[in-house]
Amino acid sequence: MKLNLISLVFLSVILFSCSNDDSGPDYNPTEVGLEVPEIFDLLLPDPLIPANNPQTVEGIALGRKLFYEPLLSGDGTQACADCHFAENAFTDPDRFSTGIDGLIGDRNAMPVFNVAWNFNEKFFWDGRALSVEDQAFGPVVNLIEMNNTWPNAVASLQATDNYPDLFLDAFGTATIDSVLVTKAIAQFERTLISGNSRFDKHLLGEITLTDSELNGFNVFMDETKGDCFHCHGSDANPLWTDNIFHNNGLDTSFEDIGLGKVTNDPLDHGKFKSPSLRNLAYSAPYMHDGRFATLDDVINHYSEGLVWSYTIDPLMKTFAEGGVHLSPEDKADLKAFLLSLSEPEFTTNPDFQDPN
Amino acid sequence: MKNIALLLILAIAFVGCNDDDDSPSNVVMSINLSQNWDETNVTAADFGTTEFTNQNGEVLKISKLRYLISKVTLYNSYGDAIELPGYNLVDISDDNTLSFTKNAVFPPGTYTRISFVYGFNEEDNIDNAYEDLNIDWAWPDMLGGGYHFMQQEGTFKDPNGDPQPYAYHNGTARVSEGVFEQNFITVDIDLEDYSINDNAIIDIKMNIAEWFKNPNTWDLNVFSGGLMGNYDAQIDMNQNGQNVFSVDVAIVEE
Ligand code: HEC
Ligand code: HEC
Repeated sequence: MKLNLISLVFLSVILFSCSNDDSGPDYNPTEVGLEVPEIFDLLLPDPLIPANNPQTVEGIALGRKLFYEPLLSGDGTQACADCHFAENAFTDPDRFSTGIDGLIGDRNAMPVFNVAWNFNEKFFWDGRALSVEDQAFGPVVNLIEMNNTWPNAVASLQATDNYPDLFLDAFGTATIDSVLVTKAIAQFERTLISGNSRFDKHLLGEITLTDSELNGFNVFMDETKGDCFHCHGSDANPLWTDNIFHNNGLDTSFEDIGLGKVTNDPLDHGKFKSPSLRNLAYSAPYMHDGRFATLDDVINHYSEGLVWSYTIDPLMKTFAEGGVHLSPEDKADLKAFLLSLSEPEFTTNPDFQDPN
Repeated sequence: MKNIALLLILAIAFVGCNDDDDSPSNVVMSINLSQNWDETNVTAADFGTTEFTNQNGEVLKISKLRYLISKVTLYNSYGDAIELPGYNLVDISDDNTLSFTKNAVFPPGTYTRISFVYGFNEEDNIDNAYEDLNIDWAWPDMLGGGYHFMQQEGTFKDPNGDPQPYAYHNGTARVSEGVFEQNFITVDIDLEDYSINDNAIIDIKMNIAEWFKNPNTWDLNVFSGGLMGNYDAQIDMNQNGQNVFSVDVAIVEE
């Protein structure tokens, strides 16, 4: 009896809070869902959209403008998009990005897509940001990136002719603050969705892959060959990442301890987030430090370049011999398969380009 | 999510029926999962640090242990078989997964048996069917598809004392190309007419050492990786798995 009562009370609270709209009369943003690719819809849980930051047409448009807005940086010269290029699946073709003061970072920029399906909600190579919104606070004040202060970034936007109105449309207030800036950017980032590669079309029965691509997929799935699927997704996981942290046998000791710095656990030293294997055709160089310029380098690493360190993932099973030593044919096929996960339309989508 | 919703409905349904204040009230049961190595409790804190010695004498450290449990069913003396909906992917490093349910509502009475499926049975082991399991738990189609039943990983010392990785992964067994054999285990444990008239905790215990012990003494130097497609290894795992589970029941005094 009590239980029923409690749930009734609960229900009515929900009902009441739904009809509760206390913002001004002009504030009427248009809510819009994400364009979920068919293959995601079939296989994955629903994307994560925080209740306090629903996707709206106005918020997304503002976020897109901000993503390309150099005013966010200390000297007004650098936007997010200067390290996250649409044509590179929103990463940087340079091994290390250069910030506004010419300082160079020590990690390779990360591609940005399908962030609403990162169910662990850990962002950056080491997982130190805990949501898409949270992540966007970082670069603006990062000394070797945009090297600004938030009050200064917000003041620059507030002083423009157009931004206060755009914030009014998107959030019901013309008073800009850092929370709203990151909310808008996050809304735009959630629309950066890639789920229509050749391999997706193959899974949906729309096209047939080449024999080489198909054999490459078998190498990827075969535990005694590539065994890539344990960390990088499969025909059941179209994200092509587990979004979990692993040490994939790059180094015997670590200059950059990755996840270990965030968790303070020595057993996490040298672990980094598995990147998605979508859009590799555009996102070179590879790994957290961009050490590999080509996919051949990456495949050679897994095939014969593995080295032992005390946190190496047991799935890097033949590290004593450097790897599984794939045949030249299997390597070529694996590469062909990996490239079937790239989607040219993602990099040229007009909705993602610079609106300014 | 779905699991929780169903359980809540179940709970409300049971409580709702019980409008006669004199009848004995329903009991709430937690069904937890714990792991041990021959009686010594094993938790995530042991990962990568604690050394265990298996039956064959290899010294190993565990770094990952995940396994799937489904169709948890309790049988009472009235002949009821009460099956809890859903499945649970147990991940020792995630405390939230160490309980199948914390609030299942059962009629009080004498309980005779508990059964569950380690993995999925043939009917439930459907390719791509479970969204939350698709991310990193699928079993390759070329090996029969569906899902993993267990992933146990770590390192062991080879005869030279050097660490070598092992990946003890279990799922459907591949006999030959396109021919597969079911490899799940139905665990059925006698509760010896346990009378449960108060809230209770049922602890399903896995003795990890058993995976290496009985009837097949596991030699990690021979079987350390690439085991998923190895029919003999898969069948040996199934045989050893027959003895890994036991159950404790505790009544919660209020
Ligand atoms: C100077 C270059 C630079 C600028 C400017 C920059 N980024 Fe980045 N971005 C990086 C680098 C490098 C990383 C990886 C850093 C790390 O892991 O420590 C990264 C990581 C990310 C990630 C993490 C992706 C993931 O999957 O975890 C997101 C999202 C992102 N940036 C968005 C942004 C946004 C939004 C802005 C603007 C507010 C921005 N970046 C500005 C270089 C830059
Ligand atoms: C144990 C988990 C694991 C397995 C198995 C694995 N990877 Fe990785 N992969 C990772 C991690 C973690 C990284 C990032 C490592 C870093 O930067 O330090 C990575 C990085 C990559 C990258 C670079 C992507 C980028 O954007 O920088 C590619 C490509 C890649 N892996 C392909 C493969 C292939 C092909 C296989 C199979 C031969 C494979 N991986 C097996 C975990 C794994």
